[in-house]
Amino acid sequence: MTALLVAFLVSTIAAATPLLLAATGELVVEKVGVLNLGVEGMMLAGAIAAFATANETGVTSLGVVAALVAGIALALLFAVVSLTLQANQTATGLALTIFGRGFSALVGAGYVGIPAPTLPKIHIPLLSDIPVLGPVVFGHDILVYLSLAILAVVAWCIRSTHLGLILRAVGDSHDAAHALGYPVVPIRYAAVAFGGALAGLAGAYMSLAYTPLWAQDMTAGRGWVAVALVTFSAWRPFWLLIGAWFFGALMYLSLYVQALGVAVPSALLSALPYIGTVIVLVLISRDARRIRLHRPAMLGRPFQSRA
Amino acid sequence: MNDPMRTGPLLTMTGMTKQYPGCLANDHVSLTVERNQIHALLGENGAGKSTLVKTIYGVVKPDAGEIIWQGQKVAIQNPGHAQRLGVGMVFQHFSLFEALTVTENIALGLGSARERIGLRERIVRISNEYGLPLDPDRVVHDLSVGERQRIEIVRCLLQNPKLLIMDEPTSVLTPSEVKKLFVTLRRLAAEGCSILYISHKLEEVRALCSAATIMRFGKNVGECAPAEKTVKELAEIMINMTLHAPTPRPLTASSKPPRLVLDKLTIRSPHHFGTDLKAISLSLAGGEILGIAGIAGNGQSELMDALSGEVPAGKPESIMIDGVAAGHMGPHERRGIHGCFVPEERNGHGAVTAMTLAENAFLSGFTRQALVRFGIINTRKTAAFAEHIIRSFDVRTTGPKAEARSLSGGNLQKFLVGREVLQDPAVLVINQPTWGVDAGAALAIHEAIMALAEAGAAVMIISQDLDEIFVLADRIAVIAGGRVSAPVLKREATVESIGRLMGGTAAAEAPGEMALAE
Repeated sequence: MTALLVAFLVSTIAAATPLLLAATGELVVEKVGVLNLGVEGMMLAGAIAAFATANETGVTSLGVVAALVAGIALALLFAVVSLTLQANQTATGLALTIFGRGFSALVGAGYVGIPAPTLPKIHIPLLSDIPVLGPVVFGHDILVYLSLAILAVVAWCIRSTHLGLILRAVGDSHDAAHALGYPVVPIRYAAVAFGGALAGLAGAYMSLAYTPLWAQDMTAGRGWVAVALVTFSAWRPFWLLIGAWFFGALMYLSLYVQALGVAVPSALLSALPYIGTVIVLVLISRDARRIRLHRPAMLGRPFQSRA
Repeated sequence: MNDPMRTGPLLTMTGMTKQYPGCLANDHVSLTVERNQIHALLGENGAGKSTLVKTIYGVVKPDAGEIIWQGQKVAIQNPGHAQRLGVGMVFQHFSLFEALTVTENIALGLGSARERIGLRERIVRISNEYGLPLDPDRVVHDLSVGERQRIEIVRCLLQNPKLLIMDEPTSVLTPSEVKKLFVTLRRLAAEGCSILYISHKLEEVRALCSAATIMRFGKNVGECAPAEKTVKELAEIMINMTLHAPTPRPLTASSKPPRLVLDKLTIRSPHHFGTDLKAISLSLAGGEILGIAGIAGNGQSELMDALSGEVPAGKPESIMIDGVAAGHMGPHERRGIHGCFVPEERNGHGAVTAMTLAENAFLSGFTRQALVRFGIINTRKTAAFAEHIIRSFDVRTTGPKAEARSLSGGNLQKFLVGREVLQDPAVLVINQPTWGVDAGAALAIHEAIMALAEAGAAVMIISQDLDEIFVLADRIAVIAGGRVSAPVLKREATVESIGRLMGGTAAAEAPGEMALAE
């Protein structure tokens, strides 16, 4: 029973990590008023960049760096098209996802079925050996801890720092922010690049830690869940975490039930985490006032400075 | 020895020129603001006032011209630079962040981290000192327009400005709030902060300002001491024509049968921050103009939506148009029984800005003007209808094919009022008929409203401009907190008595304000 609980908790946290990374990035992007629907594409680009680099060099940390670079590169492509050239953000984001999928499949064609070096799990003597608590809290790889740390820093930054205040201001009224002398477009570029970096990182986690191999479309829609998480958590970091963990838990449960051989169609079970997470988040974030207070009013709206 | 930093004019601008595509907004404009002076900048909409002050504030870069600030020639790069020089500006449309608190909003306007230390306490101190009560922890979303303005003023005052620019500050305030604001402004001027005051309200300018610069079509057309001129003279310099004040209307006897009757109209506002309408009962006879006064946000837009049918009333009998129960009807059906409506917001509500004038005329007039046959738009007739509106109301535009957004505020408003008036309504309801409209256009709109009433229609004017209500209305009622007071005849009402009704209930409904006012 204990072993089962440990397996459940460990795999819940593992499954939640890529979502958490990607959603934290998208949260920052949306807080400044930009809607980037290219998360899935950026994750895939990060996944293949990490896998290919780690495979060629044998160094997983270089793979992580490559994923960051790939994520940022795609994000900047999005930024140039949607922020500088002012193309429609929704369409640009969708195009980015399509591009990321195609590009990663092209690059990854030669890597299918090859094993890769895996991101090592951290082992802390004594602590990691505590029963239950040890493997659940101290037995993960570096990206798991990093994802939680980044979320905490982002949450604190948005709520309590001047930088966070500026980010919220740009997302709430870019005209007012511009009138006060804040550089709206550069701020948005930075946020979009940050979002790209985290999406790339999420991809690296997928291909180097979660399922350490490359398969086409291996993110399986997690980028979309990340985007949905941001909206349905009503742009609040804490609920992002709850949503990601909930998704992870359902992921494990659906696999477990499948393994037990219960007579439920496997397609339905695979869909369960996606549907379940969205339903639960919709239910907990129905308060219209709270949504209006946290929703960036400029979300998806282009900014053009009139001189 | 004269130190120009301490003596001489605070600000001198000469030869300011700014060309926009298709429009010369400023054409060699000069402006001199002395120290300790409250200086008025007057002009119609589109006269170039906003462009000029935006140049001072660094938002607009001029094509030519020289700015001398405290004896030094300066080129103001951006708003931050203007603030460092000591220029503060309170915008007409507030540049506030709705989702942030008062303190957060003000913190964003301050440059360095050092200025933000102890900000909350300083906000409380300054707001108390200058009689501008503010709760620093409330979210802007929940605040009234007057409170929002106070945030902007306090934000400017925190930077110890030498020049405070105010763009139409009183259009959103009650008479008593205006009085308080004037006390604050006079005190600021006495303490060494000059004020550049932009307003349409000439009476206020005469009371407050010691000097005035008047602009028309991007040029200077006069300087004067406003107190030495009459309102009529000032208006005539502004629009360069002789104004005929509308002749006071003979009071209509209310013996005629009512055309619009509201019976205990009660509607819960669909908006979270809206005002619920509470048992409103009114009766309007044909030929009568009823003015509804009130401070913004006391249920005006909800009342307008209920009357136009955008938000249907629960009981059909709560709104009767010419004896027909209309409470359940939508806007289209109400037009069918001769009800016409002009909402407050021109852009995006009254008019679809990206569509042509003809198309906009069609959208409201297609039934009553029979512009559709078998589902096909009669374009020629539609264009003729739009042309008719343009000609009858002197709308300055290139023609029916012009996009609505290409028109200035005043011209678009004339078009929208004309569109409804020319449909020969039995009942016309107008929310804020002349908000942000220049004197000439306002006069034209007022005359059209009076002529319509003369012809036998029942007209309801919802306005925050008390002067306007006193010019137009036969009877006056006040909306406050979603309730409408019993209408009184104009000759029995005074600005003071109406002002008390406007403020009384509103203050009781805003606990935060009361708590701070002590």
